[in-house]
Amino acid sequence: MKIVVLVKQVPDTAEERKLELATGQLDREAGDNVIDEINERALESALRIKDANKGTEVVAMTMGPDDAAQALRKALSMGADSGVHILDDSLNGADTHRTAATLAAALRATGFDVVLAGNESTDGRAGVVPAMVAEYLRLPLLGSLISADVTDDAVRGVRQGEGGTLNVHAGLPAILTVTERFPEARFPNFKGILTAKRKPVTTLSVAELDIPASRSRTVVVSTAERAPRAAGRKLIDDGSAASELAEFLVANRLV
Amino acid sequence: MSDVLALIEISHRGEIAASARGLLAAAARLGSPVAVVVSSEPLADDDVARLGELGAARIYSAVTAAASTVLVAPAVDALSAAAEAYEPAAVLTTNTADGREAAARLAVRTGGSVLADVVQVRNDNGTVVAQHSVFGGAYTVESTVDGGLPILTIRQGAIEGQAPAATADVSTASLEAPTAAAAVIERFNDDPMVSARPELRSAATVVSGGRGLGSSENFVLVEQLADVLGAAIGASRAAVDAGYVAQTAQVGQTGVSVSPQLYIALGISGAIQHRAGMQTAKTIVAINKDEDAPIFDVADFGIVGDIFTVVPKLIEAVKARSN
Ligand SMILES: Cc1cc2nc3c(=O)[nH]c(=O)nc-3n(C[C@H](O)[C@H](O)[C@H](O)COP(=O)(O)OP(=O)(O)OC[C@H]3O[C@@H](n4cnc5c(N)ncnc54)[C@H](O)[C@@H]3O)c2cc1C
Repeated sequence: MKIVVLVKQVPDTAEERKLELATGQLDREAGDNVIDEINERALESALRIKDANKGTEVVAMTMGPDDAAQALRKALSMGADSGVHILDDSLNGADTHRTAATLAAALRATGFDVVLAGNESTDGRAGVVPAMVAEYLRLPLLGSLISADVTDDAVRGVRQGEGGTLNVHAGLPAILTVTERFPEARFPNFKGILTAKRKPVTTLSVAELDIPASRSRTVVVSTAERAPRAAGRKLIDDGSAASELAEFLVANRLV
Repeated sequence: MSDVLALIEISHRGEIAASARGLLAAAARLGSPVAVVVSSEPLADDDVARLGELGAARIYSAVTAAASTVLVAPAVDALSAAAEAYEPAAVLTTNTADGREAAARLAVRTGGSVLADVVQVRNDNGTVVAQHSVFGGAYTVESTVDGGLPILTIRQGAIEGQAPAATADVSTASLEAPTAAAAVIERFNDDPMVSARPELRSAATVVSGGRGLGSSENFVLVEQLADVLGAAIGASRAAVDAGYVAQTAQVGQTGVSVSPQLYIALGISGAIQHRAGMQTAKTIVAINKDEDAPIFDVADFGIVGDIFTVVPKLIEAVKARSN
């Protein structure tokens, strides 16, 4: 079985993240860029399938600038067999639709039985790219899963819905997205880090892919920064803090 | 005035989702609201009346047996049929898993674009402008679609108010079984009916608990304070991971974003990912025994102390004052 895991390099959520006020685009220089945690969980679930079935091939695919290659290296050091890097200046600032059209073309070129992705990235948070890819490839999407069981020709999963969960299934090929309920990822071990350097990474440019043109795109019209919050009163409890807080709540009509 | 489609979510038990109000309110700001509803049975008169009350000028009722057996595809089919029939200025869905997937597929099918996680909308001389709250409210971004249908996923609880009531005109269409490959729904597992507590996303007051609670038994303390304040319950990811509380209570980067009048954080350190979901609250109160916990940087009122001594006293003090 061939599993392609979609990974995205994002600004580390542990640091302050910034937008460029003029363009509304992500300021990639503001802090460290890391592989998005939810993609690591998706990769982890692919690697567990591989652990159980040695014949499984795991490919990590990313679209992003030069240094997104680091995200692929990390995926390879965790255990992915190969990487695909879609790298093209014309993709800078691509919106969700263009991203999905590009990923769909690259997936078609790469081939797969299963595509695994995160339910939403921590930077864009749109949560629409996997479903757009599924529509381009005319495939079933099992999105927002809290667990999944992939067999040779089908996948069953539990989806987090509103007010409950749903048991869902589909035949392969299919696209799956995982939520944070999936297990945390393993750390790359020393051997993994060493062998990662020898694993193949294919670079694809837009010209090499058959990407349908889109006449529609999203445009940012304004970006405004909000003043950071200031700290207020801080009491050390000496036994009376609770009643002071109650007074504060009453005075501010919050109770 | 142009039509604006709003995909109304209906539970598998046939109830109109609470998100319908905000969705139709947003649609009314942009044009004339058309509620698109997919169900296995024709809509009951009560549902038609309810959607009219919430502002639907028209209802496009798509009836198909697949509504409760095929995942999302029936909604996409209904939206594309309705988009063809009405040539709307925009399509709105909720920013839920179902709503986002329907929006995404519709964008590909119709050659439109998705404006995601929208917190406010406006009509700028016929252009649909969406507002987003980015990085936990640190930025406010406005966006539009250039060429093609604008498809907006609306953050639950973000749109206030209600559209003017209307008497909805219903047109019913029966949908063919979906032709596209789609996942099959085997079963729905409803959450156990929760108490009468307000819904987290739209609650005026939220009381959240973190790892500092120490166990699911101790998490009762959060519930007790919530109940004297009439508050919804939230949590940090650490509290969810530890199993103290359901995942749906998670506030933050990868959980729910809330902007209540009052947010009380109990035993939560205030990691940047947690703050991303609550720092737009009007008033923030934090109780934490670590004086240096980052939650105090955003708290209007902080108490350095043990939640197990402070919170029971707070509950008594609030009870005493409200009597
Ligand atoms: C990609 C990503 C996404 C994330 N998304 C989220 C998210 O959506 N929401 C979220 O919350 N986190 C999220 N996190 C996790 C986040 O980084 C923190 O790990 C988490 O918020 C910590 O939860 P906590 O404050 O409950 O636990 P801790 O950081 O362990 O803090 C517990 C606090 O309780 C205090 N305490 C202990 N006992 C007591 C007592 N008796 N009385 C008073 N205080 C006490 C301690 O002083 C401490 O400050 C995310 C992380 C990543 C990497």
